[in-house]
Amino acid sequence: MEINGVCIDETYAEAFGMYASRVLITACSKGWAMEAARSMAGFGTSVIGCGCEVAIGTEATETPDDRPGVSVMLFATSKKAVQEQLINRIGQCVMTAPTSACYNDLEAEDRLSIGGKLKFFGDGFQISKRFEPRMFGNGSGPRRFWRIPVMDGEFIVEDRFGVQKGVGGGNFLLLGSELSVTLQAAERAIEAMRKVPGVIMPFPGGVVRSGSKVGSRYKFLNASSNTAFCPSLRGAVKSELPEGVGAVLEIVVDGLTPEAVGEAMRVGIRAACGPGVVKISAGNYGGKLGKHHFHLHQLLAG
Amino acid sequence: MSPVVLHMQEIPTNIPLEAETICPDLFAERAQAEIEAMPVALGNETHRLADFFRVEGERSDEIVIEGGAGRVKWIGSGMTRGRITVHGDVGMHAGSYMRGGEILIDGNADDFLGVEMQGGLIHVKGNARHRAGASYRGSKYGMQGGIIVVDGNVGHEVGAYMRRGLIVIKGNAEDFLGAMMTNGTICLFGQAGIRTGAGMQKGTIYCRRPVDLLPTFAYDCTYAPVFLQMLFKGLKQLGVETPVPGNGSVRRYHGDLADVGKGEILIAA
Repeated sequence: MEINGVCIDETYAEAFGMYASRVLITACSKGWAMEAARSMAGFGTSVIGCGCEVAIGTEATETPDDRPGVSVMLFATSKKAVQEQLINRIGQCVMTAPTSACYNDLEAEDRLSIGGKLKFFGDGFQISKRFEPRMFGNGSGPRRFWRIPVMDGEFIVEDRFGVQKGVGGGNFLLLGSELSVTLQAAERAIEAMRKVPGVIMPFPGGVVRSGSKVGSRYKFLNASSNTAFCPSLRGAVKSELPEGVGAVLEIVVDGLTPEAVGEAMRVGIRAACGPGVVKISAGNYGGKLGKHHFHLHQLLAG
Repeated sequence: MSPVVLHMQEIPTNIPLEAETICPDLFAERAQAEIEAMPVALGNETHRLADFFRVEGERSDEIVIEGGAGRVKWIGSGMTRGRITVHGDVGMHAGSYMRGGEILIDGNADDFLGVEMQGGLIHVKGNARHRAGASYRGSKYGMQGGIIVVDGNVGHEVGAYMRRGLIVIKGNAEDFLGAMMTNGTICLFGQAGIRTGAGMQKGTIYCRRPVDLLPTFAYDCTYAPVFLQMLFKGLKQLGVETPVPGNGSVRRYHGDLADVGKGEILIAA
């Protein structure tokens, strides 16, 4: 298969099940909401080393307090891990940011106690407020918020945050003739993918250069450099790189549903295909990593 | 589903009618004849509902009462669903123990409106009298959930012993607003009487106008809590427009220091 002269490898991206949550951060200005969101998303690129994958999603058009807001999605391997990461990151990154507030932004059956844990920071002076569903019409019953006294006033955090099964590790590889054009193609892909709701690309700017394979020759490491796609190792290992490829970049995508991940991959690959890109491939691990398989030809056939 | 319409007939005495059977939960599965036969109390006598109301319709959880029901007690008491619309006044105890649904009163409400309610919405277009959303004498807790909106004025001890929920008063309140409340939120846009929040342990009373506070309330600061922005937005969703001051700032006082002292009175700055 070819798109704009770019060969699409007949392979699939192998993704795995994760648990997802989405929070809405508001503040007195868009700038401060983004500061809090950036801080929360920091060091959240890969579950391999960060405990979760987290990135800033879309700007909110409507927020519970009518202030500027931005959504942040967080993925981890278990509900418990999601809860721990949310407590740590909201407590350390959002609560600390001036004027911020943090609300649940994912309607799901399962709910995690987050504000209910963070409230203890209020040292007994925290105040609970419960609003009826008809006041904040999301159809999910009453919503409880905690008002935690802080030095600029009070930090508002929702008592419970939704968590649901999601998909982590959707991906595709951009094999380019040289680094600059490959990076431009990756940027085009990310710009298109960010318009798809319900997905995040957790790596810096959405792009990862240190793609990994499962396992390592070192016993203490469970992931290592994807040597088959490193141009500098073309002669030293069993390389997957065709002639003329000088740089490879990967785009990793996590989503609330397999459909969202597939759609993001589809629009990303289509946007990336252009001059200087030799081939599009994907990371699969022989079925050892996860149950979700995104076949590139099937995705792009539609 | 068309509503059951109850046309109020003449009550032959001054004794109030006790009609807790006027409740959507009880009307939902009953035929017209069964509704007409439902019992109501006049003093120590038991009568049929049809003795005082002309009934139109059946099997509906929506009830419309036409005509002044100012001497009919316990309308909607304990209801969990549906809607009651009253074109006129209602008597005492309307919506008491209510757990869900809506009561819309296009007139005035008497004492004990929504007492000890746990959920649902009561909207009074006129005035409500004493002890709305409060507890009955001897009960530990008043309102424990739900929303009461009064477009006019309210009487004494509104929200007394309130534990949860929201009371919005667009007009004035008489004395002891939110007395002994243990939690919940009261919004007062008019003038408060004396001893507002007396004995309150926790909870929030927001006052749009200056209040003559008890000496057992201490000033904390003047600030613009985000919680109020959420509250006002929620009220807007209910159709209650809020006269918010320009910068949204309030003066925060905590008390009642004669008790636990974790309540707050927020007065628009």
